[in-house]
Amino acid sequence: MNMLAQMSRKHRAWLAFAALAMLLLSLPFITDALLGRGWVRILDFALLYIVLALGLNIVVGYAGLLDLGYIAFFAVGAYCYALLGSPQFGLHLPFWIVLPAGALLAGFFGVLLGAPTLKLRGDYLAIVTLGFGEIIRIFLNNLNAPLNITNGPQGISMIDPIRIGEFSLASTHELFGLTFPSVHLHYYLFLCITLLVIFVSLRLEDSRIGRAWMAIREDEVAAAAMGINTRNIKLLAFAMGATFGGAAGGLFAGFQGFVSPESFGLTESIMVLCMVVLGGMGNIGGVVFGGVLLVLLPEALRHGAGPVQQALFGKMFIDPESLRMLLFGLALIAVMLWRPAGLWPSRQRRRELSADDDAAQRGTVYDAAK
Amino acid sequence: MLLLTVENLKVSYGGIQALKGIDLHLAQGELVTLIGSNGAGKTTLLKTLAGLLHPSAGKIHYTGESLQHCAAHQRVRKGMALVPEGRGVFARLTVQENLQMGAYSRSDQHEISADLARMYELFPRLAERKNQLAGTLSGGEQQMVAMARALMSRPKLLMLDEPSMGLAPMMVAKIFDTIRDISAQGVSILLVEQNARLALQVAQRGYVLESGAITLSGAASELLGSDAVQTAYLGC
Repeated sequence: MNMLAQMSRKHRAWLAFAALAMLLLSLPFITDALLGRGWVRILDFALLYIVLALGLNIVVGYAGLLDLGYIAFFAVGAYCYALLGSPQFGLHLPFWIVLPAGALLAGFFGVLLGAPTLKLRGDYLAIVTLGFGEIIRIFLNNLNAPLNITNGPQGISMIDPIRIGEFSLASTHELFGLTFPSVHLHYYLFLCITLLVIFVSLRLEDSRIGRAWMAIREDEVAAAAMGINTRNIKLLAFAMGATFGGAAGGLFAGFQGFVSPESFGLTESIMVLCMVVLGGMGNIGGVVFGGVLLVLLPEALRHGAGPVQQALFGKMFIDPESLRMLLFGLALIAVMLWRPAGLWPSRQRRRELSADDDAAQRGTVYDAAK
Repeated sequence: MLLLTVENLKVSYGGIQALKGIDLHLAQGELVTLIGSNGAGKTTLLKTLAGLLHPSAGKIHYTGESLQHCAAHQRVRKGMALVPEGRGVFARLTVQENLQMGAYSRSDQHEISADLARMYELFPRLAERKNQLAGTLSGGEQQMVAMARALMSRPKLLMLDEPSMGLAPMMVAKIFDTIRDISAQGVSILLVEQNARLALQVAQRGYVLESGAITLSGAASELLGSDAVQTAYLGC
């Protein structure tokens, strides 16, 4: 009897897994049919943002280092791809060289940012990282004279599409009797990379390094007293987070075919941070959820706010573009008020809530004191 | 055999000299206490010994070796463990995870599990709460976590920074009983305390630290009876 129940539970898990896999695989086709191709593109961006958010989650969620300039690593990865695979320098290196190069370069920049900020924490670290993000953006904006490297504010266009061998993701392909437009192909590539990043994150969380990050987050002095080499472990957090960011940047450049400094402003950094905090800091599921939500919600508001007003009042009161940010801000505030640990908190936070009454009570006292 | 010798140790924060030339020593298996009031430099001394602060002058020798070029995380590997002031438990990790972090510098999985079981024997209270978040425990329980965590590194020298701070008298007595037990198992202990009477009762020897310098030292029983200590720290 017990075994049967267990079997069926295992069975159910497999069924759920298979259903999820089917859903993920057919998602671009469903979306295309129901909402149009523009939404498949939005899905692609959602996946890129998930990779970004998971990268930032390592720095902010695991190691507890508040980084407000994270988008700079995205920029480094994107520009690395753009410079090595576009007519800008006439270099057209293959995708499988440019993407890792961008990720590695971003990782190096992560160490570059991490090294001088090792002794900083909290607000001070936030200010320095904020400055770092701006420095990178301003550099990209101004590195067009005297020697033109980044093409300044005009950005770099005609970036090589992602091409695996002779298979270019920029054109439509017929496979297994199905038509795969470019956005669908990118979706599958990004999905693979997102799954890889999720897998790496999961493994990190459970590793010695992951535990060391969490110890540093909780108490750096005590962590050092445990025998953790806090300097190297913190640098590793910056480097790993930046590497994920750089990889996402490279994919972004190849997908868009165009990069300009405008895409890497402070609001983007804040957006990625919001995904991490809103979804549930330190929890992979939460971060993924936050990423999806924060990409889809503004788009839904953009497309939905106009027609809804028309239907309700017969005319447009507020421009959907401005209404979108207003509603978005309200949603953020609401979540922080009612779910301060995020929409899908990490297992620690959940455990804190589900502990026996006595402990739960003390838990809230502790939370309030924090 | 001397486990730890400190010679003329000086530490400054910016321009302010917190330690003005400390000399002390600790033999293998000894329980030595360092008493003094707020701001005397007790925590500074322990942090320097643990490698978290760097001295401006002086020498620290541990098991006969100089620690000058030995970083904090390497000192743990050599058997020095610090229970920091204010306990420093990892609040959002469970009790069990906290203890496992204590064994971070070790890789002998089997022995670690055995030590974990031993810690739960030593602190039965922690066994009841092993899956609870350390931040939700009471102050005394957190102190137990901090001590057990430090013991998980199998230290030769355990440095305790004010274990009685902010605890109820009952809990203080319990913690000091445990300190005695740990000492009886052969671990050398350097105990920093403001609660001079209790500290001198458990220790074999003691040092009195005042404004960054050692003003008195000797057998704990002698210090406990000395007029200077009586008036300054015991309020008689």
